[in-house]
Amino acid sequence: MTKEEKKESSELLAENKSIVVPGQVIAKGMNYLPTEGTYRKEKDIIASRMGILNINGKIIKTIPLKGRYMPKKNDLIIGKVRDIAMAGWSIDISNCAYRGFIRLEDGSSSYIERGEDLKRYFDIGEYLATKVTNVSGQNLIDLTMKGPNLKKLKAGRIIKINPHKVPRIIGKKGSMISLIKRKTNCEILIGQNGIVWVYSKDSKYNEVIAIESIKKVAEESNSGGLTEKIEKFLDKNIKK
Amino acid sequence: MVYKKRYDGRDFNETRPIEAKAGVIEKADGSAYFRIGGTVAYAAVYGPRQLHPSHLQDPRTGILRCKYNMLPFSGRGERIRPAPNRRSKEISMITEKALIPLLNLEDYPNAVVDVFIELPETNAGSRCAGICAASIALADAGLIMKDMVAAVALGKVDDKIVVDLDYNEEAYEDGDVADIPIAMIPSTGEITLLQMDGKITKNEFREVLKTSKKTIQKIVDIQREALLERYKVKK
Amino acid sequence: MNNEMKNHLIKSLNEDIRIDKRKKSEWRDVEIETGIIKTAEGSARVKFGNSEVIAGIKLSVGEPYPDSPEDGALMVNTELLPLSDPEFETGPPRIDAIENARVIDRGIRESGAIDTKKLCIKKGEKVWIVSVDIAPINNDGNLIDIGGLAAIAALKDTKFPKLDKDNNVDYDEISKKKLEIKETPIPVTVLKIGNNFIVDPKKDEEEFMDARLTVTFIKKGKMCAMQKGGDNTLTEEDVIKMIDLAEEKYLELSKKL
Repeated sequence: MTKEEKKESSELLAENKSIVVPGQVIAKGMNYLPTEGTYRKEKDIIASRMGILNINGKIIKTIPLKGRYMPKKNDLIIGKVRDIAMAGWSIDISNCAYRGFIRLEDGSSSYIERGEDLKRYFDIGEYLATKVTNVSGQNLIDLTMKGPNLKKLKAGRIIKINPHKVPRIIGKKGSMISLIKRKTNCEILIGQNGIVWVYSKDSKYNEVIAIESIKKVAEESNSGGLTEKIEKFLDKNIKK
Repeated sequence: MVYKKRYDGRDFNETRPIEAKAGVIEKADGSAYFRIGGTVAYAAVYGPRQLHPSHLQDPRTGILRCKYNMLPFSGRGERIRPAPNRRSKEISMITEKALIPLLNLEDYPNAVVDVFIELPETNAGSRCAGICAASIALADAGLIMKDMVAAVALGKVDDKIVVDLDYNEEAYEDGDVADIPIAMIPSTGEITLLQMDGKITKNEFREVLKTSKKTIQKIVDIQREALLERYKVKK
Repeated sequence: MNNEMKNHLIKSLNEDIRIDKRKKSEWRDVEIETGIIKTAEGSARVKFGNSEVIAGIKLSVGEPYPDSPEDGALMVNTELLPLSDPEFETGPPRIDAIENARVIDRGIRESGAIDTKKLCIKKGEKVWIVSVDIAPINNDGNLIDIGGLAAIAALKDTKFPKLDKDNNVDYDEISKKKLEIKETPIPVTVLKIGNNFIVDPKKDEEEFMDARLTVTFIKKGKMCAMQKGGDNTLTEEDVIKMIDLAEEKYLELSKKL
């Protein structure tokens, strides 16, 4: 064995992009660096959740397949008004263990006076496209309605999907979601928490097709050629 | 009288046939079906989610809450009246203790991970089947887990060390019987559940422990397959 | 109640479009399996799409009620297991569970499906008690109909355990004698949303219901139980239309048993 061969006593026990299970030994040796969803135990690197193995040079991580939404600053989410207090609105985030709160001053770009009837702005049961401004150490979430694209969602349908599929549904540079919007002529808003709002002014049928294609992307997210598949599906099913 | 052959003809170190499936309950965050012989357990995981009532919330960590329940038609004899009883409450608690060491609950302060275990059919080994199903369901939910955990009832019937006692063996009357449910993390051999009912010597017990690791590993292999099966590309 | 979203849904229903592309009067795929639980004297698993329920039958021996010394007893119980729905909680049965069980119970009892006199073992002393337990495994809506279908499928699968000489049950010995089921009652629930009537609702659709009517048929033209639910009213015309729709669906479902 040469000096290099002796150093390379590390070995990979699983293939890149394969699915791994908690406790599965992914690699042996000290050459690899365990990051998200993996941990080191002596000489082994072990998966700490169900996920897709991602090996980038020496960096090993797992990409989750499922799991609840953990809120991050600047995320756009779709939440439902749960309660109204003096100081603002309490928001149910769905798919998430934590609630959000919109303070009076963050409810609108125009000034809301204390004592105003907050129901006029957002009422209990209404859905809002809102943005995460801060996540505290205890996972308390501050939300705002001030900003472009942030609004109350009126007519339309709300569906729930796996939050980990959101990037796939949006697609590279928004390509997948633009395809679906274009072909079905629907307005679609995707919350990072896996709540999706779909609305068609003129065709209720195409609205349902848009929903079906979103669910298809979520289900078949691991397969290749997905954009072509979805395009074919849309062409076959939409009503002009 | 000596226990020469098992009632169902199995080898002494053989479990009953096992069937495991992941993701069987669509509304749950994670779920599983686990059958061992005539004992079937469903497990559903919801969480991390809001914990009610709020006075139970712990700002330092999430909590795990397990509920084990046998359905009214799942027992060998009379109907079981629905309602939590002392036995199911104890089993719920030891199930929690069997699963907690696997999880990173500090990642979810103030929240709860709920695990519901329901058994529609039982023939001994129900708490172990529940733990096996729960372990698959927790992994299916995408939670951070350092490993899988599996459980099985080992023990002795008369003069033989046996694996996976069924109801008839538990009820054996012609000699000593010991029923030992064990939950173990196979990679480290750490034990997360250990109970015993019956009569056994220290040496016999050591024999039982020696047998446990191999059996648990076999079950974990089946649990793993069940999880991977979910994502196999369907043609 | 989110009225804008509801109105949007109503517009869609007016065009006979539901979220899963079904028509208003269309049922999801039905799967029925019986004899699936060895510890039960009768059992069935039924699926409507993703909604899944298990029903199990236990037969036991007990004393008859003093005012009916020759009649056996029937009992129906539904537990809305928290396993099946994030909104179900542990604890004593909620009113939905109680309503579900009682509606299914009335359907079976009033249909005459079980001749309680045939359940008599010794007059005034021992009779058979038939316990039907219904457990949802995944709640994607329509739990009354699916529970009711599972219950009757499980009853038709039921065999008596053997009795020993003291008329005590020996659960380890199943006889060949089947529980005689003379009728096939199946509840069918019709939801009213706006001016639309839909059947076999998914959980998301139930949220927007104005009112519902559950009708239990035993054969074409003959009903044995009815229950109205929901906070809004039904006109006479609504009721007639819903009964007709329920009958149509009953005939389809009974063919699948």
